[in-house]
Amino acid sequence: MKALNEMKLSFDSRSSNEAFARTAVGSFIAQLDPTVAELSDIKTAVSEAVTNCVVHAYGDSIGKISINVKIIDSNTVSIRIRDTGVGIENVKQAMEPLYTTSPDDERAGLGFAVMQSFTDGVRVNSKVGKGTTVTLLKRIACRVNNG
Amino acid sequence: MYSQSSYDGKSLTVYLKGEIDHHSARAIREATDSLIQTNKPKSLRLDFSGVTFMDSSGIGLIMGRYRMMNLYGGSARAVNVPGALERIMNLSGLSALNIIEKRGESCEGSE
Repeated sequence: MKALNEMKLSFDSRSSNEAFARTAVGSFIAQLDPTVAELSDIKTAVSEAVTNCVVHAYGDSIGKISINVKIIDSNTVSIRIRDTGVGIENVKQAMEPLYTTSPDDERAGLGFAVMQSFTDGVRVNSKVGKGTTVTLLKRIACRVNNG
Repeated sequence: MYSQSSYDGKSLTVYLKGEIDHHSARAIREATDSLIQTNKPKSLRLDFSGVTFMDSSGIGLIMGRYRMMNLYGGSARAVNVPGALERIMNLSGLSALNIIEKRGESCEGSE
């Protein structure tokens, strides 16, 4: 996919980086002049995807999470969140609302449901033992520009 | 993070502040649970008026406290929920439990 603009990030899968990741993606996308709601949607979806990497992909170990954001055109953004962790055996099941493998940690099992509800497309590629790539597509509504 | 709390002998209110995610939820959970165990309140109010961001970790936080308060024979509510958080609250199905009060709504204190 060609991009008008692109950025890449790589960081440790520490929970303290969850806020950094969503804020950094939000800052990059700000150039498209999204509404507060659109920006909040993107930050929420990115937070869910990054949390999945921290909690599930790497568990008790620390690995690398990489994010690649592409501005496809003036109102479409693609955000790819990739880890090289344990992978997901059954992606379809993992995406079912309320399905969680960590109920003790009070995970609500809503991560993918939130991503799906707050973006315009979620694609998941995963290989057990190799890692998972989540691609989020979000459309930013065109706004009348007076200035 | 949680900033402060108040307890009137019956109801415990915990005022949440800032961004709630998987990272910050842990500290909120530990602090809130310790307040519940110390005070054994009849009802718990999680006040969301100072919350600027929340992902599904906040849902887990509410559900966990709801279960804990039920175990003690008490009740739990999320109050003063800002408009920006309504969508994620609705998605969670928590609204079906009737424990979410939007900002401006008030059905507490009438008993």
